Amino acid sequence: MMDPKQCLEIAQAEARSMGVRDVELILSDTTSSLTRFANNAIHQNVTAQAGHCSVRVVLNQRTARASTNRFTDQSIREVTAQAVALARSSEADEMLPAMNEASNVESQPRWGATTASSSPTSRAQAVREAIELVEGAGQSAAGILSTDLSHEFLLNTNGVLLEHAETMSRFSITATAADSSGWAKASAVDLRDLDTASLAKQAMGKARASATPKEIPPGAYTAILEPAAVLDLVGQIFGDFSAAAIAEGRSFLSGRIGTKLFGNNITITDDCFHPLQAGAQFDGEGVARQKLVLVDGGVPRDVARSRSSALRDGGKPTGHGLPLPNEAGEAATSIVIHGGHHSISDMIRQTKRGILVTRLWYIREVEQFEKIMTGMTRDGTFLIEDGQLICGVRNFRFNQSVVKLLNNVEMLGATVRTSGEETFDMVVPAMKVNDFRFTEVTKF
Amino acid sequence: MKQIALEALDFALGPEVEYADVRVVESKDRTVSTRNGRVSQVAATESMGIGIRVLITGSWGFAATDRLNREGLAAAAHLAKEIALASGLARKEKAVLAPENQYVETLIAPCLADPFLTSVEANIQLLLAIDSELRRNPGVTLAEGSLVFDRTRQVFASSIGSLIDQTKTSTGAGYAAYSFANDEIQKRSFPNSFGGQYQLKGYEMIEELDLLNQAPRIAEEAVALHKANHCPSGEFSLILDSSQLGLQIHESIGHPIELDRVLGSEANYAGMSFLTLDKLRALRYGSDIVNVVCDATLAHGPGLGTFAYDDEGVPAQSTPIITNGLFTGYMTSRETAAIVGDARSNGTMRAKSWDRLPLIRMTNVSLLPGQQSLEEVFDVPHGIYMETNKSWSIDDKRYNFQFGCEIAWEIKNGKRVRMLKNPTYSGISTQFWNACQAIANKQHWTLWGVPNCGKGQPEQVIGTGHGASPSRFGGIKVGSGYQA
Repeated sequence: MMDPKQCLEIAQAEARSMGVRDVELILSDTTSSLTRFANNAIHQNVTAQAGHCSVRVVLNQRTARASTNRFTDQSIREVTAQAVALARSSEADEMLPAMNEASNVESQPRWGATTASSSPTSRAQAVREAIELVEGAGQSAAGILSTDLSHEFLLNTNGVLLEHAETMSRFSITATAADSSGWAKASAVDLRDLDTASLAKQAMGKARASATPKEIPPGAYTAILEPAAVLDLVGQIFGDFSAAAIAEGRSFLSGRIGTKLFGNNITITDDCFHPLQAGAQFDGEGVARQKLVLVDGGVPRDVARSRSSALRDGGKPTGHGLPLPNEAGEAATSIVIHGGHHSISDMIRQTKRGILVTRLWYIREVEQFEKIMTGMTRDGTFLIEDGQLICGVRNFRFNQSVVKLLNNVEMLGATVRTSGEETFDMVVPAMKVNDFRFTEVTKF
Repeated sequence: MKQIALEALDFALGPEVEYADVRVVESKDRTVSTRNGRVSQVAATESMGIGIRVLITGSWGFAATDRLNREGLAAAAHLAKEIALASGLARKEKAVLAPENQYVETLIAPCLADPFLTSVEANIQLLLAIDSELRRNPGVTLAEGSLVFDRTRQVFASSIGSLIDQTKTSTGAGYAAYSFANDEIQKRSFPNSFGGQYQLKGYEMIEELDLLNQAPRIAEEAVALHKANHCPSGEFSLILDSSQLGLQIHESIGHPIELDRVLGSEANYAGMSFLTLDKLRALRYGSDIVNVVCDATLAHGPGLGTFAYDDEGVPAQSTPIITNGLFTGYMTSRETAAIVGDARSNGTMRAKSWDRLPLIRMTNVSLLPGQQSLEEVFDVPHGIYMETNKSWSIDDKRYNFQFGCEIAWEIKNGKRVRMLKNPTYSGISTQFWNACQAIANKQHWTLWGVPNCGKGQPEQVIGTGHGASPSRFGGIKVGSGYQA
């Protein structure tokens, strides 16, 4: 990637030649590798390197963005000229904020040396060890081991110059037996913090324990949701903690901020400084991220607010704005759901009759205001009776209001960094939830 | 681009390499959107890069880069080989490719009106006119609209001597009206939800859609839903509009017939399929009137799954998937075709862009038109008609599904008698298709574009096509979504 300051100089010169002063650049360089396996063998194995140069201009209350992945002088001039042409064609917006000013924002790099130095061979060896464990148990392994390296810059003609470097590694594994399956997944900045063998054993254990699944009728059950299930279900609501979404009446929090909406034991923060969180500590316009208390003892309190939303509604921007121009406004993306002290074993022991859920899948919103979500259980669903795990059960479809769910949380586990497939990684606990609505049963 | 492709292919070849292919992809897009009278998005993106795929001792390696100089291409080709060798550390069976012919061709998909030649001002004016029309109804609290244009040129070169240069232009357009009142959010979209209609066409598609004239009706329906009765629960004759049926096809036929999924490649993520190999030419997938094809040819229509060659150089084909109700075919690749006894791939390998590996993906998976008139489809004593998707979910083997729609009407003796809000329906895929009683004729058939189909790790979101006409199904469970 070309030197960021050099990119800005080229873009600035081109914009000035067209009578435009305000220019913002977002630049990135990423290398993503992923080793994928199924049927106890590596079947796909990829690395992709990509650069990105995105230029935004502001003129006469108009803005537009043009992007390229070509880092030549000519490409940067062309993409700048295109941004200027697009902005000139756009409509003036009196609520468009001026280009951001420089401030004291620093983003701590989140860089794991083992992730950065991993190779196709080291990834393949780790995968082979995991496969051997699962295959040794007479099961079939499928999954991924991935490493991502990214370096991003945000700079503008008002002196903003921000940089963030990050690595991320992920390991996910599904162990499949004759009529059952188990799953485990984790992510970490540094690959050395991922215990791939332990995750493989977890997946194997769940596949073994859920063999010969029994069909039990749908209905309202006490459910113990492991962290991945909490992440993927409760994680669906955080797009609504946006000032723009509330102003537009598309958030379930419209008219509900400051009112008691969830149980007393629900406290949720947005905190990119949390030791288990990742991501840059500035937003899409270069505003420093603030810690937000989204829910305080069951009461929705703070919302994410971009500079545009702050102009419209008053108050200060919180550092959660998306790159302009955009449709959504802002987003809380560093979610920490505060937990308790109960282990999943505790929760099982204190359950008369219930369902243990490893993971949820294909979650979609049925109703927007009560946040009714539908989806399926997957890869390890168990019946609990009299404090004991009894057997695996056939997978359920659920239709569950997340608002009601967060009023029915009886026990909370410790918070852990959690990775699923339906939303981005968050820091969440396991939950024991009463009156969880399973509405149908599938065939396996 | 051809020179880059051939140079990269040259770097990728070697005595240890059994097969190699490269794809140089250049793409550009424009997105314009409005919300409540303001321009919310004006953006253009261009991208160019190369993906290099090699097969060494039966194991695959893939490397992609946007560094297209000689050094960048050499490094990527070297990395692809290094990755293939590493893959061999955990190999069970060697990948073997079905034979394919060599093709050298340049193709440009039809595009009557180049959308990139339309002015951004005109794009904005159209959206703001629609926005104004929607918000003329005081019950509309949020109006949003968007136009999306995309052009992709791909040069494919392979070690069997193929050199295929394809250019495709697609267009998407749509809008939605939201009405928030009394703790309820209702929404209507046109011509479809999630961005509207998408086709392999130019600006002519937007002119065909009659966008502006439909806006008052859409606004009125969004607001009227607040006063409508809740859709009842129970078993009903269910009639679906063609756009909802398109998504039903996508989820309960399109994904299950992906052979890589059947074989376990997606077990960790997208899931597997109930269509195990023993079901081919044995399973009654649907009733006798159900005929489904997977058809990437231009003759099928300008779908998001229409092309001349797939991303491993196999010509577009039409494959019968369900024939008079019988399950007759999977989607295959060069690596998997032999497993179901086919001599060659049926051409469904597609990659999102240069930085992703081709996978088996839906092309245009369509329900062929039936014989009935629309009146005959609606001719039931009592039923429910649902229109425009709102939510969709299906289990990881594709048995149990649940869909929600934006709006429904109760049907009595073939006529709409009252509007219903919050409709959902659910079922098991094969039971649903075996309950198909009537399919409207070709006059009512539309080839819909689904722009957001996800599969693979790293995930690839890609566009697919689904043709359908309004159809009726008997004894379908309605209302389970609101048992929460």
